[in-house]
Amino acid sequence: MADLLQLLIAGLATGAIYALAAIGFTLLWQTSQTINFAQGEFVMLPAFFALVAMHWFGLPFWLSALIAIGCAVILLGLVFKLVIVDPLIRQGVLPLVISTIAVGLLLKDGAKEAYSAEAHRFPSILPDRLVDVLGVKISLAQIGVLAVALAAIAALQWFLAATPTGRQMQATAQNPGVARILGVRVERMVMLTFVLNAALAAVASLLISPIYLVKFSNGETLGLAAFVAAIVGGFNQVRGAIAGGLLVGVVDNLAGAYSGFIGVSSSYRQAVPLALLVLVILFRPQGLLGRREERSV
Amino acid sequence: MRSGLAWAAVAVAVLALALAPLGLGRYDVYILTLWLVTAVAALGVNLIVGYAGQETLAQAAFLGIGAYMSALLAKAGVPFGLAFFAAGGISFATGLAIGFPALRVQKHYLAFVTLAFSVFVWLVIRNEEWLTGGVMGLKDIERPSLFGASLRPHRLFFWFVLAIAAALTFAMWWLVRSPWGRAFTALRENPVRAESLGVNVRRYTLLAFAIGSAYGGFAGALYAPLVEFIDPAPFALGPSLLFLLMVVVGGSGSFVGPFVGAAVAVLLPEWLRFAESYYLLIYAALVILMMAFCPTGLVGLAGRLWSLRRRPARIAEDEGARALGEAKP
Amino acid sequence: MSAVLEVRGIEKQFGGLRAVDGVSFEVRQGEIVGLIGPNGSGKSTLFNCILGQFEPTAGEVMLDGRRVTGLRPSQLNRLGVGRTFQLLQVFPRLTVRENLILAGQEHQGSMLGRLFGARDAGLSAEAKRTIEFFRLGHLADARAGGLSYGQQKLLDVAMAFMAGPRLVLLDEPAGGVNLTMLADLRERLETVNRERGATFVVIEHNMEFVMALCSRILVLAEGRIIAEGKPHEVRRNPKVIEAYLGH
Repeated sequence: MADLLQLLIAGLATGAIYALAAIGFTLLWQTSQTINFAQGEFVMLPAFFALVAMHWFGLPFWLSALIAIGCAVILLGLVFKLVIVDPLIRQGVLPLVISTIAVGLLLKDGAKEAYSAEAHRFPSILPDRLVDVLGVKISLAQIGVLAVALAAIAALQWFLAATPTGRQMQATAQNPGVARILGVRVERMVMLTFVLNAALAAVASLLISPIYLVKFSNGETLGLAAFVAAIVGGFNQVRGAIAGGLLVGVVDNLAGAYSGFIGVSSSYRQAVPLALLVLVILFRPQGLLGRREERSV
Repeated sequence: MRSGLAWAAVAVAVLALALAPLGLGRYDVYILTLWLVTAVAALGVNLIVGYAGQETLAQAAFLGIGAYMSALLAKAGVPFGLAFFAAGGISFATGLAIGFPALRVQKHYLAFVTLAFSVFVWLVIRNEEWLTGGVMGLKDIERPSLFGASLRPHRLFFWFVLAIAAALTFAMWWLVRSPWGRAFTALRENPVRAESLGVNVRRYTLLAFAIGSAYGGFAGALYAPLVEFIDPAPFALGPSLLFLLMVVVGGSGSFVGPFVGAAVAVLLPEWLRFAESYYLLIYAALVILMMAFCPTGLVGLAGRLWSLRRRPARIAEDEGARALGEAKP
Repeated sequence: MSAVLEVRGIEKQFGGLRAVDGVSFEVRQGEIVGLIGPNGSGKSTLFNCILGQFEPTAGEVMLDGRRVTGLRPSQLNRLGVGRTFQLLQVFPRLTVRENLILAGQEHQGSMLGRLFGARDAGLSAEAKRTIEFFRLGHLADARAGGLSYGQQKLLDVAMAFMAGPRLVLLDEPAGGVNLTMLADLRERLETVNRERGATFVVIEHNMEFVMALCSRILVLAEGRIIAEGKPHEVRRNPKVIEAYLGH
């Protein structure tokens, strides 16, 4: 029982991080029809910024973390939108999709060349001590991750629901055309979405790196987790991304621990989110929280 | 291009290719063969992306399925012909199986499903050591024999691959020119209208995906005896992405595009060898630039440059056509 | 004369908005029925419900007495229903001839036949006839994307006829077409109606076009039919005048 609780917490912790990545991804899709195949790399990269700040410039962790988020917002938010997305969306959806794939490759190889091909350790926000909660030993670091991630999600939800800008962003996400007619500055909202995605990805990066270690190839796994979380939750909405992320994290962790139990070798652990994806697409394609789309053809 | 001229050009190209190995060394012939194999897989991706307007991130996985299948069957003594068609057949069936649920939903779901499939296939290849040799791979893959003569010599094997690639290219050409090809173009350009004209968009899209994936399987069946040793690395997600890129760089939707793209993909690492590990960076950057300025790929670029040369005549032609067609106000 | 198309109590709701609010009417063989109404009255939504683009929230659509509600557009097409679109929907990269062949190829033969059979699916002759009938002969091999707007509209209508449909629904065929082409279009539609006994339902804003072409007019406002009758009757109907002026 205690094990289960530990696994659950660990699962929720990684799940909340996946949720951050999935939320940004979903928002980008909703507001600007951008499918960002580089999302995994967006979550891989900011940790490298922090490493550079710490190891090349000797800065303290908290400052490096802020710098990482700042650099991510500029490079993966502003620059990405202005230099890649804007020129390319004019050419159509396929060129844009191809370009995000290329950007992913660029970032991945860039990190490898500019820093190193090895895995690096990353400091966690709270030390990795075990605390006793109701007789169960839980890692403080994981509680910290869960707390920060949930706080970020809660802040985002509050922003979207309670602030005028947030509501405008929601309107843009649901129907840019109507939003424009209602006076929303759609272009600005779209830019804000990109910035937000970069920030969320950066936070996710800082939280997951202690667990995954910082490696240039993390993007594949992280990206896959984000996509599966977004789809499983229901591509249409942020709530879905959150639910999807948590589910993927929990299922992934439970499967990893009980793999012998369900007869699946642990080397197939990566396949578990994939199985989730398949199940959802087969039996509930609109996702767990999604609405059935009006037939388009 | 007028049809007669086009056929002549094709004949010349095939002849040139057939004669090429006579003047080239072993490694260059290997590269040429690799180009042909890559082009076959790229033809498949082009059908899916350029004609049916979908996205596939699994072509390298189908290559892997084809390669391992043909290698294992060859080791079991099954003649190459059977193994070849088995590789294509299994890939076709798998394409149908994974495409069917994915295409029921939103348009981009096929991309994610193929992404997941790609990772899954790679996991299976890596883990099931008893079958695939795991990370150590399969070695000593024999090249087939034709009428008792072994095709091991590099030139003979090249001509063998050339013949098969030519046949597959012809089949693709036939497909694209047939009413199916017309339906594919329609469903890429305007799926709503196509559906209203009786085109079963879902069925045709599924078929395009399955056939395109089958070409990946066929390419894999040729790849295994070419390299004579296979391991999971060339069949991971990364190479699938590269297939997508190469088709778009070559010119998606054009028939020649995949060949051009495959040439770029095979030759670029050679040319940029001095840049070593930066070649992917350079390639990715070039792809982005190309998408921004010339999304029709290198073939489109060539077309544009060609029409620039003939511009004065072209303008007159266009104006004449418009004058004839325009109704009087 | 039997009813080719019968629409009973069609309703379509989008969230809280009721775009079509209980529409029933009948179209008999050989009629040309016009469907008019101010902007936002639900005409296009009604069309889309009949044609399988949308599933109606309530109501039935019957084709020759057979229930076809909610069938997909491609299925309806095979049952003999054609349509043209308000926003231009030709295939720009295919030639005019290719567009027409495409329009007809899915109605005959089998999938395999289409793969291994003739390149033109045996439709070259029919395409040629259609091209000549709609007077597009000089453009037969031009890419559809290069045609003028009016010509593309004509092609759009021609495509709807390739399959020899019993019923064609035309969504604003006159929109953006110049006067000469308009007269041509009307004349061609009347000829097809006469010679082939094809039945039409036409949505239009161009009053002159509709009044001249149609034998019967239905007026839609706020999702409901508010008037029905011959053109000159409808024109003088006070409810109709109010519906238009009120907007």
